[in-house]
Amino acid sequence: MLDSKIPSGPIEEKWERSRFEMKLVNPANRRKHTVIIVGSGLAGASAAASLGQQGYNVHCFCFQDSPRRAHSIAAQGGINAAKNYRNDGDSIHRLFYDTVKGGDFRSREANVFRLAQISVNIIDQCVAQGVPFAREYGGLLDTRSFGGVQVSRTFYARGQTGQQLLLGAYQALEEQIATGSVKMHTRSEMLDLVIVNGKARGVVTRNLLTGAIESFSADVVVLATGGYGNVFYLSTNAKGCNTTAIWRAHRRGAYFGNPCFTQIHPTCIPVSNENQSKLTLMSESLRNDGRVWVPKKKGDTRPPTQIQEDERDYYLEQRYPSFGNLVPRDVASRNAKEVCDDGRGVGPGGMGVYLDFADAIRRMGESVVREKYGNLFDMYEEITGENAYKSPMRIYPAVHYTMGGLWVDYQLMSTIPGLFVAGEANFSDHGANRLGASALMQGLADGYFILPYTIPNYIASNSLEKVDTSHPAFATVKEDVNKRIAKLIGIQGKRTVDSFHKELGKLIWENCGMARSADGLRSNLQKIPALREEFWNNLRIIGTGEELNQSLEKAGRVADFLELGELMCLDALEREESCGGHFRVESQTPDGEALRNDERFSFVSAWEWKGEGDQWELHQEPLTFEHVHLAQRSYK
Amino acid sequence: MNLTLKVWRQQDTKSSGKFVSYPVQGVTPDMSFLEMLDLLNENLQAKGEAPVAFDHDCREGICGMCGFLINGVAHGGHRGTTVCQLSMRFFKDGDSLTLEPWRAKAFPVLRDLAVDRSAFDRIIQAGGFITAPTGVAPDARAILVPKEDADRAMDAAACIGCGACVAACPNAAAMLFTAAKITHLNSLPQGQPQRDQRTVDMTEAMSNELFGSCTNHGECEAVCPKKIPIEFIGRMNRDLIHATLHHHGK
Repeated sequence: MLDSKIPSGPIEEKWERSRFEMKLVNPANRRKHTVIIVGSGLAGASAAASLGQQGYNVHCFCFQDSPRRAHSIAAQGGINAAKNYRNDGDSIHRLFYDTVKGGDFRSREANVFRLAQISVNIIDQCVAQGVPFAREYGGLLDTRSFGGVQVSRTFYARGQTGQQLLLGAYQALEEQIATGSVKMHTRSEMLDLVIVNGKARGVVTRNLLTGAIESFSADVVVLATGGYGNVFYLSTNAKGCNTTAIWRAHRRGAYFGNPCFTQIHPTCIPVSNENQSKLTLMSESLRNDGRVWVPKKKGDTRPPTQIQEDERDYYLEQRYPSFGNLVPRDVASRNAKEVCDDGRGVGPGGMGVYLDFADAIRRMGESVVREKYGNLFDMYEEITGENAYKSPMRIYPAVHYTMGGLWVDYQLMSTIPGLFVAGEANFSDHGANRLGASALMQGLADGYFILPYTIPNYIASNSLEKVDTSHPAFATVKEDVNKRIAKLIGIQGKRTVDSFHKELGKLIWENCGMARSADGLRSNLQKIPALREEFWNNLRIIGTGEELNQSLEKAGRVADFLELGELMCLDALEREESCGGHFRVESQTPDGEALRNDERFSFVSAWEWKGEGDQWELHQEPLTFEHVHLAQRSYK
Repeated sequence: MNLTLKVWRQQDTKSSGKFVSYPVQGVTPDMSFLEMLDLLNENLQAKGEAPVAFDHDCREGICGMCGFLINGVAHGGHRGTTVCQLSMRFFKDGDSLTLEPWRAKAFPVLRDLAVDRSAFDRIIQAGGFITAPTGVAPDARAILVPKEDADRAMDAAACIGCGACVAACPNAAAMLFTAAKITHLNSLPQGQPQRDQRTVDMTEAMSNELFGSCTNHGECEAVCPKKIPIEFIGRMNRDLIHATLHHHGK
């Protein structure tokens, strides 16, 4: 049985009490303890900086050329905090309630409550660091609304909130690097985890410039390596985002939580060509002022400006009068898919819906719209060549975030002692659907305010024998890594890495995307292993392992996606209910909304790797709801 | 459309490089520039040749990882755009394009179009931060920031650290990059306690990294994908004079 280690007592006091109960490490002893942090996004950089400040010996790794590149940087819209500066009825309880409900009752109440509590500290911390949040004329912080909620609790820095929060954490990290408390390893990719006597004690990495395979030992390993949305090939993730670090840890014994819970974001620029390499998100904040519509008539190809008001279907406003265009992401995405499947989609291929700002421009004036969303309108024009001030944007859902990830307990520790997982890489907090502006909140909560307590507690409560890289376990893992690289290069087949990646992505998108059926999933469970088989027999990589070799880097990542993709489909097949972003066509309400089955599926799926070629074993962590009443989600 | 690319090929930092010409066929106007390079790389690999190495990650113009010169202009010369967001609709059939890496002593070439920009990180390490260890912050509303200052800080903070400013500058100066961070932090009330020290230390680090100095060409602003204005260099110089005269006379 999985032990989530949720502290007893009233939910409001759980975190406060457990902080008091946690053991501390004497300041003089901290530098004797090494912490490895893989990933330098919001969770990784904030954890590395904070633990460095406390005096631990920190090693931080990223595959990019600088920690500032991590993909947190691309988050646009904002970060939630229950500050209630607007006096509009917000509170910690309401943020907690919105998040549990938004996640369609598949998250842990205690974790979410802690997240809501910490949200207020995050804003304080970021302001102190100089994050240039938007201000009003009086000098106070500005906020805006986001999908799935009815209060204005989202703090933002134009359309670049993720960038500014990441730069805040990055600067704090660089300050620690300068003091010597953190050693930064850029252009280094973690390729495996080293376990000694049942505890995570280090990593094996590849230097992406020289190809050198290196080992590092530590008392604690933290994976803050982001999500696995690139399993779909086309997603809003950066090209380098991958599952390798968490997947390698999974193969070493870390359970994988809810792998099929992925988020399809409703407002992305539609796919335009065969060679497209990535999808671009347009911030959800646009839905505050933009109105979503399609023509009422099927196959209507007139330009949008010629379609009269009474010929337009503002389907979100019609169907969800109380939330309108601000319904949660999963609901907005599914509705866009439905109207397009119905033949009423717009743009090339009919895979798009309009997001129209004509009313907002009439109401507020173009200059106000420009002030709020100017950079997004510019970005839209750069990509599509269309001016969204003059005619509506075209948008379509795209893969954006993965709620699933390595299973962690309340302390953010995985099923491998000493292996902590933070940010998007873990499964916690968002359930089956993440609300907008909550990813930044969770990443920073984990890194600034949770790990800096739970890691010292782990170090202080365990007698960690001295282990360095001369321990035989390191040599064994290093050999595994070397063998795998040699194997990838040695295939010398005919197909490129990208061709396999695209084929896998199509399979997952079609059968494990916005709508999932038992038949489609079963067919994927046949096709993915076959594709994997072909990959290992027909891949061609040019060059060697002893140089900068971007195809080799990609190949290692795609090999892991080919395993993860299968587990996602298996998880989606097992979960015979719809919840949040996981929509099983067999389980819907009469009016087409996601229908949960709480009796059978009110649990977290935690999958254990049973070895090459064997099936996974499913473990369940039951979810109980004492504070938020289980109900059919309604945004009507 | 069909294009001819003249691409700088260099095995590693120690090797010498050269231009190699490649035809690219079947480019469509809705592709991005990097998607066009993906196409080239797929073709090269099919023929058993090594693909062109280039840095890139987010492909939405915000991570700052991509960048090279197209016909001598950083990011291709389409105002306010990184090369990853540069659309092929701005090119025409038969175009011949020369691609080469950032050229600056402080940015050694790693391979083909990829360069080492770690000097930028070291400039930040010298003082590009506000010391605020986790956990000590007052309530966010306790610090009022006039909107004009907050807006200027944000204009400056928009820098993505791509290095185009250095590549475009005849002196390979990193002054726009450094000035952007100094302007961001020095514009805010939270940044005042370390203002002088930051300005002195960051400008010193910049000089130590083999970057040149500004002689007002304005090329940096012209190619900056975030349109960071050269005016910030003036602000930095003013702050530096103030810091040197009043506090840190060396």
